[in-house]
Amino acid sequence: MSREDYEVVIGLEVHSELSTKTKIFCSCPTKFGAAPNTQVCPICMAMPGTLPVLNEKVVEYAVKAGLATNCEISRNSKNDRKNYFYPDLPKAYQISQYDKPLCKNGYIEIETKEGKKKIGITRIHIEEDAGKLNHDEFSGGSLVDLNRAGVPLIEIVSEPDIRSSEEAELYLKKLKSILEYIEVSDCKMQEGSYRADVNVSVRKKGDTKLGTRTETKNMNSFKSITREIDYEIERQIDILEDGGTVEQETLRWDDVSGKTFAMRDKEDADDYRYFPEPDLVAINLSEEYIQNIKKELPELPESRKERYLKEYNLSEKDANIITASKYLSDLFEGAIKVCNNPKAVNNWIISDISRILNETETEPIEIPFDSNQLGKLVILIDKGTISSSIGKKVLEELFENPRDPEEIIKEKGWIQISDEGAIREVVKKVLEANPKSIEDYKAGKEKALGFLVGQAMKETKGKANPKMLNKLFLEEI
Amino acid sequence: MHITELTVHELQEKIKKKELTIQQITNAYINRIEEKEKDVQAFVTSLTEEAKNESEKIQKKLDNEEIEGKLAGIPIGIKDNICTKGIKTTCSSKMLEDFVSPYDATVMEKINNENMINLGKLNMDEFAMGGSTEYSYFKKTKNPWNLNKVPGGSSGGSAAAVAANMIPWALGSDTGGSIRQPASFCGVVGLKPTYGLISRYGLVAFASSLDQIGPITKDVKDTAILLNIIAGHDKKDTTSVEIEKKDYTKCLKNNVKGLKIGVPKEFYGEGINEEVKKSLYEAIERYKKLGAEVEEFSLDVAEYSLATYYIIACAEASSNLGRFDGIRYTYRTSEFKDLKELYKKSRSEGFGQEVKRRIILGTYVLSSGYYDAYYKKAQQVRTLVMNEFDKAFKKYDVILTPTAPTVAFDIGAKSNNPLEMYLADICTVSVNIAGLPAISIPCGVDKEGMPIGMQLIGNKFCEETILNSAYTFEQDLKFRENYKPEFKI
Repeated sequence: MSREDYEVVIGLEVHSELSTKTKIFCSCPTKFGAAPNTQVCPICMAMPGTLPVLNEKVVEYAVKAGLATNCEISRNSKNDRKNYFYPDLPKAYQISQYDKPLCKNGYIEIETKEGKKKIGITRIHIEEDAGKLNHDEFSGGSLVDLNRAGVPLIEIVSEPDIRSSEEAELYLKKLKSILEYIEVSDCKMQEGSYRADVNVSVRKKGDTKLGTRTETKNMNSFKSITREIDYEIERQIDILEDGGTVEQETLRWDDVSGKTFAMRDKEDADDYRYFPEPDLVAINLSEEYIQNIKKELPELPESRKERYLKEYNLSEKDANIITASKYLSDLFEGAIKVCNNPKAVNNWIISDISRILNETETEPIEIPFDSNQLGKLVILIDKGTISSSIGKKVLEELFENPRDPEEIIKEKGWIQISDEGAIREVVKKVLEANPKSIEDYKAGKEKALGFLVGQAMKETKGKANPKMLNKLFLEEI
Repeated sequence: MHITELTVHELQEKIKKKELTIQQITNAYINRIEEKEKDVQAFVTSLTEEAKNESEKIQKKLDNEEIEGKLAGIPIGIKDNICTKGIKTTCSSKMLEDFVSPYDATVMEKINNENMINLGKLNMDEFAMGGSTEYSYFKKTKNPWNLNKVPGGSSGGSAAAVAANMIPWALGSDTGGSIRQPASFCGVVGLKPTYGLISRYGLVAFASSLDQIGPITKDVKDTAILLNIIAGHDKKDTTSVEIEKKDYTKCLKNNVKGLKIGVPKEFYGEGINEEVKKSLYEAIERYKKLGAEVEEFSLDVAEYSLATYYIIACAEASSNLGRFDGIRYTYRTSEFKDLKELYKKSRSEGFGQEVKRRIILGTYVLSSGYYDAYYKKAQQVRTLVMNEFDKAFKKYDVILTPTAPTVAFDIGAKSNNPLEMYLADICTVSVNIAGLPAISIPCGVDKEGMPIGMQLIGNKFCEETILNSAYTFEQDLKFRENYKPEFKI
């Protein structure tokens, strides 16, 4: 049989850290990057006798996420304990939700090459993150950092509706953009605040029963996830083609070798002994509470896109790129407010800004300058103060050391020369030095004019107004 | 009467009349502890040295009128599963032998706000699992009425210390009878408040949905006084309930005329000692004499309660005790190859037999494939038990039962027979399952002079009803005047 005879089935479990100021069950701060064990208290360290108190913001944020992904919100929900031993889990149980998640039965839409496709969301539940183990270089042992213990998470479980690594990536990007829009998570993948467990199985086309799946845990880059899925599909098909059977197991992805490996401890079947958390009361939400959150939901990417198509005449493709990230989209709208030139702002974002983000592997949230600065850059070009090629240099400068573009060009001496007298001087000088080119031009070689303009630009370090330069050359020749 | 024989309200009177100073009181208790602790073995951590300094300071503050407070300078003892900042909280376990809490339990903050003097941390069954205090890792506490007998448990140290006049009152905790049963065995008063009346923040959890802190005192009035201090909603414990603050001493009317008492016949059947039964029947007659209306009825809960209790309590315990893993503040085994062995050996060596038995039991009933048959079924029975009690309280104000099927038994008699030990909880566990308040007060002694306790169960948050019922009985019987431990002062 060939690869085409197989169907791929993928389900994703996304863990996203919520951007509440304090942890889910105590009032410790959640800021990333603090010195080990400085954002802890007896509660998140699981000292004997301590009790959790549910942070209401966590419920609010999770409900927001549920509403933004078309979920039903449970009026009655509860917390459960998931019991297992690990040094980064100080209580030896994680407070999570088992059979009554806050949100269920939702979906989001992705745009595949074949058109729009709905990916079902089974459930969204709230839970606490665990701490972190750091390798101790001195003793060779492990050190426990509990700063992250108790940071609130939502787990978003998809239906097994995804059929390829491309679809998986589209789904993850769409979901990330929704969470960013509703401002419940900053989704910084390299900090681990948006990560996914990837379930992959294959089956022969036409089969109704799902194939045996493998689960690869804690993936936090789109690139690795697509590579992992493609690898896993190949591996599983190879096994089946050789007459073998795929084993249900938990895998670890190794980015260097580009392979998956079975995790240790396979002999321990997971039995988390879930039971209702007796230290917390049930979560009962009123219809009014849910409606209030619904009312306050911000505009989501879909509707922003529609608006961009209508109001700004953006192409479908451009509108998709810009609205995929809340930060890009906010940058777009903010800059337009300043310069009132949507087309130019669009071009900047689609071409130069996107290129720099790609080259430097930066996420939009990390763009260091603001919409006001981008808007001003556009104004400077529109007014003819700088050329668009200087504009590119200004943009690079904005990435390097963001400040007012006007300040940048003053400091760097990049202001465009539009003084006719000054430019005419340069033109004369260049013509004097290049009599051959004048002859060539007169003989019909259009290229010669280009050469002359180039020389003049060189002379003015690129600051001469190009339109004016052209005009004056033609006059003087 | 000797200072240490006085109740707290009697001490308060004498302080007020300037007949006694704080230091005199403290010193009297310190002397008493020094004299009797070798026999009774009630303390895990004694704070007598600290108490001396503390009493001086408090006396000065009182003299300078820097503080007021009706309980300033009154000594107290604390069960060793209630967290005390800067003082060891061991739960009588090797696992927590060196654990010093970095924070105070909410009840301790309240005790400290009153400027009471903590005389020490009291012995208990390890992690509050047991009914005789024999399962303490450190020592076996003796019953002051007969040093060959157990004081009950798990708050055996608290009850014995109060009975032996080593402290005027104490805090205990009750998950299935751990305040009431030792109070009964030691001839003192013990109250298990309604679930949610007292904050559990800082009580080292055994079974979260059943645990409750409560007072162990010499008489009912002292129980009401201490309850006034510790009751109330706590932001740190969301299972604590927001209800109006009450003064529980105001309900002590010494009058039970018209009080409707239900006597559930299932609590007077097989397995209940004849002398205990006889004493309870006398108590019923006394209530009738005092004007209460007593009626026998059927409360079909006792039979299922014990099994239900041990499933729920052990399930929760198996999870609650997971944090004692050898990683942070607990006992850690000296040698281990890897993480798994660190866990296994630390927990095998750090926990005692009974604790391990319950962790295994609890792990089993929560395991996949068994959850529905055990834990889920137990939760369903729990609802039935609550409904049964609800029905009963439509007819009766209080339910009267024995506190324990027997009087205090001999040390060693049951410690190797877990099932028989579990049966000692038969009269008390249903109260925890239903989250109700119940008080145990002495109602007589058996032929050997060992105290017998009776239990008054009230409806949720109706502590006032059982306190008044108990108080009225106590005023009539005058147990403390007529009986005291064979324990020369």
